[in-house]
Amino acid sequence: MTAVAERRTAPQFSTLTRLRGWFRNPWGKPRFLVLVTWAYILWSIVPVLIAVQFSFNETRSRTIWDSFSTRWYWGDPVDSVWHDPTLRHALVQTFKLAGADVLIAVPLGVLLALGLARWHGRGSGASNFIMLFPLVTPEIVMGVSLLLVFTQLFTFIHTGTLAQILGHVTFSISFVVVIVRGRLFSIGRQYEEAAADLGASPFVALTRVLLPLLTPAIVASAAVVFAISADDFVISQWLSKGGDTDTVPIRIYSATRAAPLPSVNAIASIMLVSTLLIVTLGFLAWRFLTRGERGKKSDDLAALGL
Amino acid sequence: MYRRWLWPSLSFPGVFWLILLFVVPFYAVLGVAFGTVDPILFQPVPIWNPLNWNVGWMNEVLHRLAPGGIWFDVGIRTIVYVALSLALCLVIGYPVAYYAARHAGRLKGLILILIILPLWISYMMRMLAWVNLLQTDGYVNRFLTFTHVLSQPREWLAGSSSTVILALVYGYIPYLILPLFASLDRIDRSHLEAARDLGASPWQAFRTVTLPLSKTGILGGAVLITLPMFGDYYTPNIVSQSPKTSMIGNQIDLYFHGGPQPTIGAALTVVLAGFLTLLMAYYLWSIHRAQRNVGAVGAL
Repeated sequence: MTAVAERRTAPQFSTLTRLRGWFRNPWGKPRFLVLVTWAYILWSIVPVLIAVQFSFNETRSRTIWDSFSTRWYWGDPVDSVWHDPTLRHALVQTFKLAGADVLIAVPLGVLLALGLARWHGRGSGASNFIMLFPLVTPEIVMGVSLLLVFTQLFTFIHTGTLAQILGHVTFSISFVVVIVRGRLFSIGRQYEEAAADLGASPFVALTRVLLPLLTPAIVASAAVVFAISADDFVISQWLSKGGDTDTVPIRIYSATRAAPLPSVNAIASIMLVSTLLIVTLGFLAWRFLTRGERGKKSDDLAALGL
Repeated sequence: MYRRWLWPSLSFPGVFWLILLFVVPFYAVLGVAFGTVDPILFQPVPIWNPLNWNVGWMNEVLHRLAPGGIWFDVGIRTIVYVALSLALCLVIGYPVAYYAARHAGRLKGLILILIILPLWISYMMRMLAWVNLLQTDGYVNRFLTFTHVLSQPREWLAGSSSTVILALVYGYIPYLILPLFASLDRIDRSHLEAARDLGASPWQAFRTVTLPLSKTGILGGAVLITLPMFGDYYTPNIVSQSPKTSMIGNQIDLYFHGGPQPTIGAALTVVLAGFLTLLMAYYLWSIHRAQRNVGAVGAL
């Protein structure tokens, strides 16, 4: 009896050992790390893909797949993204805020980055310090303070679109500064010095030499600002006055707390595709504009992956 | 001559904007928190002069947060949730960042893109994805009952702490992996070769060389995700909606969006901001130091 049992367990044991040996093989690939990394990547992306899948569901369910349809995008006469005014307005409001944010925050941020990189006099330290703070302040603190300043101090600005734009610009400027300043560091000062040696005034050197060199960073920061503005929930919510000023993230938030339809998945998917498109375009533009420059690929990615 | 004022004047619009809409608003919070409340309309009456500040509401808030107060549990829960989420993020994130930086080889670019990708997917979209999966008849329950891990579907979205922690980890881990990757990627491989040549085992080399050299990334990334997690209120609201899982942020949200007492909300915001200032100060200092060494982009 025992002999039979032993014979049966023996091959199992050796398979296990072989498996363990394959897993721990010090000369092969670090299999544990490979496993963890790919498991993480699947875990981080697959749920979102499933959510996108259910935006194309034929029925009202977000959990049981029926068949493919575009009902929740435009087919349904009441609840689709195209026909439901609350969803349509949310989409418009999101793009309006993101567009205005890019138009205001990018110029302000570029000028601020230039100034801070070259200005070493009195006040430059404090300005640097103030610039970094919005990056690390929890959004709820910014949301509360902006709401209170608009209701108690600057009472001529009411909550709504204008307040939301002001809030978005406030948290976006620092991202622009960080990206542009990274580029300024990698350009160095030699081009400006060459321009100065050839007789250019600082202003001419700035507009004719430095700004063209900064174009990749300006394009990249525009893409980043658009994306963070479109994804923002907290500031938009605190400064919203409801109705048409609710953005897509606010709609998703309030819908998930009620009983959502796949149209919420549809509007979220639309935002997902637009954000990824903008960021990809920004990244490709960055690569195109910096082609031929020395540098590591990961530097580029870090510029956008901020 | 105008060389002297060219650069400061370029920074002026940005600095002016930030003073007006970042520094002044924070002062407005202080004014309201240390102000009084109109006895008839219950509207906050801010006091702008610090010499006249009324500390009554602040005392009230601190009293509620102290042991025995009605917010003591909420405060402890916030700290426990954030600590557990941070620990889980590090346990999952470090191996991923390590693999991407050290062993990914030809796949490095692809893996890096896949790691960065969640940063560009809206936070609300990612939470929505999990709300769908965790429904009573959702994929998670169906999978777990199919494999007989659960005998019947579990109510994941009805005030479960584990769901909130899972959601926090899922939401914030991409922001941790990127700084970890940046710091691990910067480590010069010759240090490791030297350690191995001198007889260190792979584990010893990791413990004495890689881990200390990635400390900036670990601490920087940890602070980067800890700060927003402490101020989070939407994640527990989305995946639980139960007072059993409410955090400090939920109390602030409640006093502004649900209740009539912005003064208490403002005072609680001041307490939260004060608590987080230490963490912020550390982060700013570490950025400052890293900037001196490598330049701004890598530091973030």
